[in-house]
Amino acid sequence: MRRVTEERPAGPGPEPVLDVRDLVVEFATEDGPLRAVDHVSFSVGRGEIVGLVGESGAGKTLTSEAILGLIRPPGRVSGAVRFRGLDLLALDEATLARIRGKDIAMIFQNPGASLNPVFRVGDQLVETMALHLGEGRGALRRRALEILTRVGIPSAAARVRDYPHQFSGGMAQRVMIGMGVACAPALLVADEPTTALDVTIQAQVLSLIRRLARELGMAVLLVSHDLGIVSQMCHRVIVMYAGRVVEEASVAAVFRAPAHPYTRALIACLPGLDDGNRLGAIPGVMPGLKALPRGCRFHPRCGVAEARCATEEPVLRPAGAGQIAACHLVGAR
Amino acid sequence: MLRFLLSRSGQTLAVLFTVSVIIFALMRMIPGDPVLMMLGDDFTQAAYDRLRAQLGFDRSIVVQYLIWLQAILGGDLGDSYLNHERVSRLVWDAFLPTLSLVVASMLVGILVAVPSGIVAAMRKGSAWDWGSMGFAIFVYSMPSFWKGIVLIWIFSVHLRWFPAVGYVHPWENFWEGSWRLVLPAITLGTFFSGLVARIIRSSLLEVLDQDYIKAARARGVRRAALVYRHALANAMIPVVTVIGLQFGTLLGGAVLTETVFGIPGMGRLTVAAILNRDYAIVQGAILVGVLAVVVVNLAVDLTYAFLNPRIRVA
Amino acid sequence: MARPLDAEVLPAQAPAAAGAPSGAGAARRWWRRFARNRGAVFGLAVFLAIVLMALFADVLAPYDPVIQGVGPANEGPSWAHWAGTDSFGRDMLSRIVYGARIALVVGIVAVLLAMIVGVTLGLVAGYYGGAVDAVIMRVMDGLFAFPIIILAIAMMAVMGFGVKNVIIAVAVGFIAPFARVTRADVLAVKEEPYVEAARLAGVSGPAIIARHVLPNVLAPIIVQAALRVSGAIITESGLSFLGLGPPPPTPVWGSMIAEGRNFIVMAPHVSTIPGIALMVTIVGLNLLGDGLRDTLDPRLRR
Repeated sequence: MRRVTEERPAGPGPEPVLDVRDLVVEFATEDGPLRAVDHVSFSVGRGEIVGLVGESGAGKTLTSEAILGLIRPPGRVSGAVRFRGLDLLALDEATLARIRGKDIAMIFQNPGASLNPVFRVGDQLVETMALHLGEGRGALRRRALEILTRVGIPSAAARVRDYPHQFSGGMAQRVMIGMGVACAPALLVADEPTTALDVTIQAQVLSLIRRLARELGMAVLLVSHDLGIVSQMCHRVIVMYAGRVVEEASVAAVFRAPAHPYTRALIACLPGLDDGNRLGAIPGVMPGLKALPRGCRFHPRCGVAEARCATEEPVLRPAGAGQIAACHLVGAR
Repeated sequence: MLRFLLSRSGQTLAVLFTVSVIIFALMRMIPGDPVLMMLGDDFTQAAYDRLRAQLGFDRSIVVQYLIWLQAILGGDLGDSYLNHERVSRLVWDAFLPTLSLVVASMLVGILVAVPSGIVAAMRKGSAWDWGSMGFAIFVYSMPSFWKGIVLIWIFSVHLRWFPAVGYVHPWENFWEGSWRLVLPAITLGTFFSGLVARIIRSSLLEVLDQDYIKAARARGVRRAALVYRHALANAMIPVVTVIGLQFGTLLGGAVLTETVFGIPGMGRLTVAAILNRDYAIVQGAILVGVLAVVVVNLAVDLTYAFLNPRIRVA
Repeated sequence: MARPLDAEVLPAQAPAAAGAPSGAGAARRWWRRFARNRGAVFGLAVFLAIVLMALFADVLAPYDPVIQGVGPANEGPSWAHWAGTDSFGRDMLSRIVYGARIALVVGIVAVLLAMIVGVTLGLVAGYYGGAVDAVIMRVMDGLFAFPIIILAIAMMAVMGFGVKNVIIAVAVGFIAPFARVTRADVLAVKEEPYVEAARLAGVSGPAIIARHVLPNVLAPIIVQAALRVSGAIITESGLSFLGLGPPPPTPVWGSMIAEGRNFIVMAPHVSTIPGIALMVTIVGLNLLGDGLRDTLDPRLRR
């Protein structure tokens, strides 16, 4: 079933850095193909910080990995992922490898596990740069030092010879970020970069990302389950549920007037300092891919579901200036 | 690293102590009067009494153990019951051929197992994978002594490519020695490779699933470098440990293989000694054999500590 | 005091452990998973065939295995003697069929003995820890340093030859692996909440071990046992090959191979056929062991 998005929000002006159209990620299983990402479309403009938000299992990590072609069989990817006009899904592995790490970089959730434990950190940094930049080893080593300093690692000259296990989580993530921006990419995909870190470190790492994005004119796709982080960092937000996009809007609009019931519920769950004692929660759990409900995927947990929500699938429709949502109740007001 | 070294060395000493106690106990449990056996034909009452006192048989078992231990540590493994030759000399002469067989087998095994395991992991689920793993189970399950006999039948009796029995030190005559070692090394080595190939495969598969491989790929590292540099460097570390720890198993296998190929090693020495009730040799051979295994195990642990940055650089 | 509690309040088996079985439904699931592995099913078939051969040797063997001269010496396979005859004119097929008995008995009994002793030691060492643990494990390390054949040879030197001693010698060699595996799992299970709860409820040490720890470490132990039986049989064959096993004319595959060595040129079947029987048994047992491991121990799934 092809989903047609009627209008896009007026976000990015000139040609977007990243344009994802009808992205589908399927897994072949004994019971037939399972769609973990079901016709997801969005774009990221030059220098924009876009948040991709959803619960665990909503498909946001798979979406981010599909962009760089990291999905391995039995996963299958279809649709179009255009980077500066070039469809990444149509490229062969060798060409894609030249783009990875250079024009598009990705950082992951668990920084300690994302660094090869038997190689020195400096060597891994130099390797990345050697792959994409034409300079000599000596120059690259100097660059590595500069990068480590730039991302805020103290005593970089000593640390460059250390192994990953000698870095704390926060420091390791800074190293990953350093490796990500080493070749000044146009887009940084950050998959839950702070989830595994202490709260105090989270803020530091996020501000580092924001600063670098600004300095390099880099766009960022920030994947997170934490709407609070997204509200601090991003210009725009895309909300995913059960493999689909359910809302897309600027951060200001989403917090001022969330259009989709799921988004409203997510915002309501954010703990505030003067909230009293209760932590809000959305009743129920996100449906597994094998047991998707008919009609709107969110309707079993929705507080305002109507009769047709159980039979008709809603499409994304405008819900305000630069805001779209997939809900039958949107626009009906 | 230093702490690791110290603790492992301490552990090794404890193991050596336990081993010595076990061997001493076993030897003492052998029925018969060891002093009588030692004297053999040279029995006179005076000699008997003298030797008995010398070995401390009139004192407690602990003292006997200490006297025994002191001799062992001084390199004195006693004399053969039968011909009164120095056991240490006999065992050393027999140890060298066994050692060269084990080393040659390891070489053969690694040469076969490494490519086999890597290919199986890279083409998981394919005919290559099933084929090489099936072959691995096959050669691993074949009893080595029987495999040796079959190889002799095919390659020595029918094809006449290799001599069936006989041994020459490879360091004395390289070509002759190595040639004679080919069939025995294949016999023992293929058994070894069957085990190692499966471990390489599973280790490599596990590593390829790791986040850092995905992250390296996301940075643009090509497939070849991903596997042969990033993945193998990690996957081979536990494999090296396994290979080293197999030294003991190979030593045991060598005992049987030597008998088939007529190699004058520890196996032949020990079995003949048992059948001749020459327990001095049996004791000496077992001591040296186990000592070798323990030393190699310690070396393996130290190598692992060196290879694994998490231990090497605390 | 605390006695009534453990009988009624605490469950006999705790949930959430890798191998804890419960009822026919779980057993059927395991079978289905096991059956998907064709190698494992083949291994099971081979094992059952060997067991049947051993049990019904009297019926299956066409001749008495120890009687000499039932046929011409060293004659290859023929209609009268499907597997030929050996140098003493004994029927090979009968000897192979009876040989299965010794192989299986030694393999299974030795492993069972080793399992009982080794698992007990591992349970005690793992659960009580401290000095007990240190002492037991050092002794195990010492035992472990001996290559099994060498240890067996040493023990035979002490005890003399014969089937019973072979079993004991082989069993002693396998105690250490069982103890180690058990101890490692006990250390993990020891930290589980249900063990903690039992301890707080005042259940005695041995009762906790028997009721809560043991069932949850059972799966890897069974896998070890299955994998070790083939090793036991190989060791026993090796010992027999060297002449240290049951005395002639007992039909044992290892010594049959040794006897046939002298006639390898003119009568290769005398060595080859028992070797094939041995190899098929070992391959089957190894596949079975691998299959059991893949089925029962999800942690090791590739």
